[in-house]
Amino acid sequence: MTTLNIDHVSRWFGNVVAVNDITMTISPGVTGLLGPNGAGKSTLINMMGGFLAPSTGSVTLDGQAVWRNEQIYRQIGIVPEREAMYDFLTGREFVVANAELHGLGKKAAQKALATVEMEYAQDRKISTYSKGMRQRVKMASALVHEPSLLLLDEPFNGMDPRQRMQLMDLLRRMGDEGRTVLFSSHILEEVEQLASHIEVIVAGRHAASGDFRRIRRLMTDRPHRYLVRSSDDRALAAALIADPSTSGIEVDLQEGALRIQAVDFGRFTALLPRVARDHGIRLLAVSPSDESLESVFSYLVAA
Amino acid sequence: MYDPTVARLTYRGLLGRRRALILGALPVLLIVISVAVRAFTGTDDQVAADVLGGFALATMVPIIGVIAGTGAIGPEIDDGSVVYLLAKPIKRPTIIFTKLIVAIAVTMAFSAIPTFLAGMILNGNGQQIAVAYTVAALVASIAYAALFLLLGTITRHAVVFGLVYALVWEALFGSLVAGARTLSVQQWSLAVAHEVTGGDLVTSDVGLATGTVLLIAVTVVATWFAGQKLRTLTLAGEE
Repeated sequence: MTTLNIDHVSRWFGNVVAVNDITMTISPGVTGLLGPNGAGKSTLINMMGGFLAPSTGSVTLDGQAVWRNEQIYRQIGIVPEREAMYDFLTGREFVVANAELHGLGKKAAQKALATVEMEYAQDRKISTYSKGMRQRVKMASALVHEPSLLLLDEPFNGMDPRQRMQLMDLLRRMGDEGRTVLFSSHILEEVEQLASHIEVIVAGRHAASGDFRRIRRLMTDRPHRYLVRSSDDRALAAALIADPSTSGIEVDLQEGALRIQAVDFGRFTALLPRVARDHGIRLLAVSPSDESLESVFSYLVAA
Repeated sequence: MYDPTVARLTYRGLLGRRRALILGALPVLLIVISVAVRAFTGTDDQVAADVLGGFALATMVPIIGVIAGTGAIGPEIDDGSVVYLLAKPIKRPTIIFTKLIVAIAVTMAFSAIPTFLAGMILNGNGQQIAVAYTVAALVASIAYAALFLLLGTITRHAVVFGLVYALVWEALFGSLVAGARTLSVQQWSLAVAHEVTGGDLVTSDVGLATGTVLLIAVTVVATWFAGQKLRTLTLAGEE
């Protein structure tokens, strides 16, 4: 079981602060590093992978420093975002070379190629590969030594939906096996589908951490939207709008429901059932209408 | 210290692409010039020394050194594929040392062998001229490879800087300013070549001891420094 510790890490380039005082712990299982483009995800992953020194703070893997410690790569597998990968080799030659660099042989390479289901194209030159095939061969090269920590920078970029699903299955499997898997993405549905744990980075800062429902709950100051059906929508609307925890209510006649915008999450969740009971209104359905990562994310980006 | 897998990747990168064509062009040109000179002027020791000294050692060897030395690592750092070497439990100096061996071997193969052939064509190794310049090309290959490998490690514009050093510093300043000649791989290797011929056809501005010490010093320091640079190489990524 491998744990990656990022302790008060900052990184600046000249006057630009790319990563600003981030502290997080990446534990076994699949973690998604979510943030818009330019948020500092790649900078952070480069520091996690030992390719960039933190300006301040430290990155350690089970207590061992990652920077300037090449022995750490016995435990780390890296899937970089950049495309370049010795295009003049065949997929098999490339993965075999990666295995050899770990002191392993052809058997390990073949196993890794089988894991990513690339055996059928292993003897073609990498230069002829599609983006998804490249991604899978990169993945194989990162898996040859069965690392306990796998770092992937935007692994789903340019993959078609089928390839994406395959890779997600593979990463899920890795996480279930007890490996520590961290991938970055700016695409919300990817993170939502795959990661059990999410770290959100916005403008170089650590904006939130946890599973995404928890992240959402943490941000009680942002407006929450609910879809509520009741035995008397108008009476319920009138009673709710009197309280400052509610900032807007729309009576959706087509849906036969209320669309409520709450500004005080904690207070509203206590208020709703009480008001309903006091007014003798039956609540038929209460559902958060924006419980998607998209809304959390757009809020974070706007903030 | 030497990793065969790193070597294999480096050889294939160096010799597989267009670079091999460029590497081959200058030796072919040297042979063509030698054949033409031999056909028009016959055997002449002075002319042989002029062609080998003026073209082979002063121009061809450093340019091939630039292509092989920077090409052994520069493109990988440029396109980011070096990450596959760096993300391995291999000591950085091992990577540099292996790449240096490959760069030296390639520079020697593409410069010393054609130099010897050209010398044989020009005057049949009269007065040991072919052997002397071949030895000069061999020792210069080592220093150039180390120097330009370091350049390839520290700058993205290694080829430009390398060519500026080889052509502007060594060729141009070398012929204008006496001091520049003392600090030139070409002159150091000529000092070694002078020792081989013993005559006045091959001369150098530096003594054998100075030349040898400087050749070794430049090679060792450049290689050590390249290893240090690689240890702290920052992969900037796309941001």
